[in-house]
Amino acid sequence: MADERKLAYVMAFNEAVKQQMEADPNVFCAGEDIGAFGGVFGTFGGLQAKFGADRVVDTPISEQAIVGLGVGAAVTGLRPIVDLMFMDFICVALDQIVNQAAKLKYMFGGDAVLPLTITTAGGGGLSAAAQHSQSLEALLCHIPGLKVVMPSNPYDMKGLMTACIQENNPTVMIKHKRLLGMTGHVPEESYSIPLGKGNILRPGKDVTIVAYARMANEALIAAEELAKDGIDCEIIDPRTLQPLDTDLIVSSVKKTNHAVVVHEAVRFGGLGGEIASQIQELAFDYLDAPVTRIGAPFSPVPFSPALEQHYIPDSKTIVQGIRDVMARV
Amino acid sequence: MDLPVDVQLDLHRRMVRIRLFEEAAGRLAESNRLPGFLHLYVGEEAVAAGVCGALNDDDHITSTHRGHGHLVAKGGDFNRMMAELMGKATGYCKGKGGSMHISDTSLGMLGANGIVGAGSPIAVGAAFANKYRGRGQVAVAFFGDGSTNIGAFHEAANMACALHLPIVFACENNEYGEFTPRDKTMAITDIVDRAAGYGMPGVIVDGMDVIAVHEAAVEAVERARSGGGPSLIEAKTYRFYNHHGVQNLGLKYRSDDEVAMWKQRDPIFTLEDRMIENKAATRDQFDAIWAELRAGIEAAIAFADESPYPTPDQIMVGVYTSMSGAK
Repeated sequence: MADERKLAYVMAFNEAVKQQMEADPNVFCAGEDIGAFGGVFGTFGGLQAKFGADRVVDTPISEQAIVGLGVGAAVTGLRPIVDLMFMDFICVALDQIVNQAAKLKYMFGGDAVLPLTITTAGGGGLSAAAQHSQSLEALLCHIPGLKVVMPSNPYDMKGLMTACIQENNPTVMIKHKRLLGMTGHVPEESYSIPLGKGNILRPGKDVTIVAYARMANEALIAAEELAKDGIDCEIIDPRTLQPLDTDLIVSSVKKTNHAVVVHEAVRFGGLGGEIASQIQELAFDYLDAPVTRIGAPFSPVPFSPALEQHYIPDSKTIVQGIRDVMARV
Repeated sequence: MDLPVDVQLDLHRRMVRIRLFEEAAGRLAESNRLPGFLHLYVGEEAVAAGVCGALNDDDHITSTHRGHGHLVAKGGDFNRMMAELMGKATGYCKGKGGSMHISDTSLGMLGANGIVGAGSPIAVGAAFANKYRGRGQVAVAFFGDGSTNIGAFHEAANMACALHLPIVFACENNEYGEFTPRDKTMAITDIVDRAAGYGMPGVIVDGMDVIAVHEAAVEAVERARSGGGPSLIEAKTYRFYNHHGVQNLGLKYRSDDEVAMWKQRDPIFTLEDRMIENKAATRDQFDAIWAELRAGIEAAIAFADESPYPTPDQIMVGVYTSMSGAK
């Protein structure tokens, strides 16, 4: 098919930024090493050469000021994209994200628009150790005023990044480092995927798996394995975690009567707890087994590959988790 | 003292408006008519008035927890301010911000801020946007001496200089971070010493002398507007009331003699005495200004009193904006 153009996840991000910068002169990017160097993951590659150093700005290593730059520029009429190289670094900028970006419009009585996109890279699997591998999305989803997005594939990346840039509320776009090289179909023309709309990645009838970012892909592998045993998995990728597409998740669980939530973040206090709670509140009578959460153990991300491969959930963990759930019936 | 009389009168008017608003807020707080915290600007009026008097309407400022004075000096409306302090639906923030988050983006006032030091990075963003648009607007970050000890200030000052942005860092050095004197929290006497570390010019001015503040601000704003980059102004000033509220809570962290000495240097009366001495204005003229503005504050209190509180259905309104397009 002519429209089956393939693009890598990283270039889907890049293309969304490029197209929105072409469409709107108020869009600019700022962050560490994103200009001449193109970003440490290549996400901003070629953009400074195309749009100039005034619109693709290299900043000092100053996460608070980077987000503050975005907040101040957004509230005075621009549409900033500010990059925090690793998701772990949001902790350095947390005041500007949590106390400023998320709350200004509310504290100002609604008299402010904050079209700010914060981009960052999360997730483990690169032996990057405990300060460069975290999945801290639950922390952000807990803050009223932010929208949080975690795409699992190149098509969603482009559409969601486009939506983030066009959004008039602060958004956090979390790229997964292990998905940067993933290729898939991405149309060349600009398109957006509405924030807050999940996706049925794989239809099924026996069990609902809610999984996002890299775990959605692991769930797809697990589903193929389980299909051999006659277990038909439906995979829901919420894509946007705040706001969460609870309706899609609940309607799937009402059909399958079983639910497993998977994320790479530590299990305790993770988003899985919220999703499981929503399911039991809204679909308790439909459940044939307790909702199961699969996540990382409650430890920092270990460095050694020998440890990290056992730390991050994968398709095998998911297969086992689903077998356990189905065995209760 | 070469400033035109109308400019001096404008600065005087801004200061009197701040004084009247703050004294009224203090009285209301004492009689338990204001919810929440109240950080009064009384004593520091010359800084907000002198700096904002050097700005255009479309220039931006960021403020602090002690932010009423900045909004008044930028042209804030008494009615909407007083209503906000009382938590009323007619307030600047519809009762959702209060004293510590009072703002008027249409006046370029990007909010008082409950987090010490947090306004400076936001001012850097406004300055970036101003340079980006190229319409000659500037941004001013107001901040206290204490906030120069927090990382956000350092990041903001460095980034502003690295990107050569049109911004003025206006420090209100009132010698105390809450209740702790400056010499217990930093090893330098003058905040302006920090400016050189970022590569920007800095000046010390008498923060009780509105003319001196204004002249320094005009120079710094002109430098920013003409592409000369950031500057720092350190205004040596003093708050007449407590860190929070109007009482001293029985805390003797400042001596009576020290407070009395600074009160003798009251920025408003100093200006009035000087203008009268120079025959630039008369006592009758000043009395008329005070009376006129006092009537405005009484009207604002009545307006706020009579205004409705927001209804509970407003709690969820404005968490996410439905407004489209940047302003």
